Amino acid sequence: MILLDDFFWRAVFAGIGVALVAGPLGCFIVWRRMSYLGDTMAHSALLGVAVGAFLDVNLILGVFAVAIAVALLLFLFQRQKQLANDAVLGTLSHASLAMGVLAISLMSWIQIDLMAYLFGDILAVDLYDLYWIYGGGFLIMLILFLLWRPLLALTFDNELALAEGVPVFKIELIFMLLIAAVIALSMKIIGILLVTSLLIIPVSAARRFSRSPEQMALGGSLIGVISVVIGLFTSMQFDTPSGPSIVIAAVLFFFAANIFALKKNQ
Amino acid sequence: MPATIETTADLSKITANEQILLQTENLTLLAEGRELLAKISLTVSAGEIVTVIGPNGSGKTTLLRALLGLIPFDSGNIIKKPKLRIGYLPQKINVDPILPLTVSRIMNLTGRYSERQIKNVLQETGVSSLKNKAAYQLSGGEFQRVMLARALLRNPELLVLDEPVQGVDYMGESELYNLIASLRNSHGCGVLMVSHDLHVVMASTDRVLCLNQHICCQGEPENVSRHPEYLKLFGIDSGNALAIYSHHHDHTHHLSGTLQKDVK
Repeated sequence: MILLDDFFWRAVFAGIGVALVAGPLGCFIVWRRMSYLGDTMAHSALLGVAVGAFLDVNLILGVFAVAIAVALLLFLFQRQKQLANDAVLGTLSHASLAMGVLAISLMSWIQIDLMAYLFGDILAVDLYDLYWIYGGGFLIMLILFLLWRPLLALTFDNELALAEGVPVFKIELIFMLLIAAVIALSMKIIGILLVTSLLIIPVSAARRFSRSPEQMALGGSLIGVISVVIGLFTSMQFDTPSGPSIVIAAVLFFFAANIFALKKNQ
Repeated sequence: MPATIETTADLSKITANEQILLQTENLTLLAEGRELLAKISLTVSAGEIVTVIGPNGSGKTTLLRALLGLIPFDSGNIIKKPKLRIGYLPQKINVDPILPLTVSRIMNLTGRYSERQIKNVLQETGVSSLKNKAAYQLSGGEFQRVMLARALLRNPELLVLDEPVQGVDYMGESELYNLIASLRNSHGCGVLMVSHDLHVVMASTDRVLCLNQHICCQGEPENVSRHPEYLKLFGIDSGNALAIYSHHHDHTHHLSGTLQKDVK
């Protein structure tokens, strides 16, 4: 396709693909108050980039693997009770970010544009990334679709779901893998430091207009897609980094939704 | 050794004829070398309401969780009637307003039930008008009634209720206990519940277990309320116990908010 030869349209399609997945997945992150966990996994992505570059494998795979490792480490840490959860998250988050920056600066033989990875770069998306995003995105959506009901049940109450036969532990583990996958897929467009915003802000804006979990998920996807398109056009027009441009567009929706809701309640 | 109160002869006759739903023998659960549950032996039969009371940290919730199979235990036995259908109501669930769930959606979280079934159980617990309301808008009492209705959907033989009146205002507490007692009558199910206050639950319970890691005493509620172990556990001076609890209110609260002195 000629359209996809153009770097800008590649970025737009990549962004749309990522935003579509971010809606339903982001809902669960918000409902389960896991945004800080998402952040921690995202911050480990730079280390994933370094690992991927070092092993000379696809960087998405590197990021995915390291994010999973961090998630597993968190799982282990949650079993101890001396340190509060947020202290563990904060430690892991910054440790992995620092390790990532150090590793990349030590690998002098590899040229990595740090800014591009931290804040997203529309020039960076190639055709392979598009295959990954749509292939991986489809898989994530499929798994999420199959797990939707049990995930919702354990989000409502863990204990109750467990007592009613939901395999809580297994589903929580798969959910972590899905978060890791989305982070790996959206890293190039949104940037490591801002990845979780695409998971959280659009669905939070959609909450104001939603009467059911599904409405909120679809609304989140829709707002995410529009934010991506607006953000990328501004990024193109004013030569700004793509991640922040998309995030600001999403934040505008968030404020608009809240102001609208306030007005309605008056 | 747990101090057991002699139950009256006819009560033991009733339980002997009833079908046993759940029984434990010397159930023991350790955490870091400490006994959270020590040699708990209890029985719940069909049509019987058993209430577990005890102070904070006495192992009430741990006991329920072990009985439900949610946590492993270290020694002893749990015997359940084969394929026992349990309706469970965990400790007060807080639904975050960011999760858009209506009442009827809550009913369908793990099972699939028809509109008609859902309407019926909501009617039974007196909250059918709330069917389309958002979960976070419910009051404490309304929410617990919805959760009770939800437990009924599974057509339970045994209801396991962890502090069912938590978050319910004082007036609603006894109403909720009355509802539980009437559900027991209409469904013929057994009820095992945890409560923090013996005196509110008293009227609607058949048997009370006083728990503090081990079973301190058990029996009919009136007997337990006078038992020295119970009084010691709740820090009630036995000389004053009756004076504290047999008091009378000398006025009535009307719905309009006015008070009326009772005529002696």
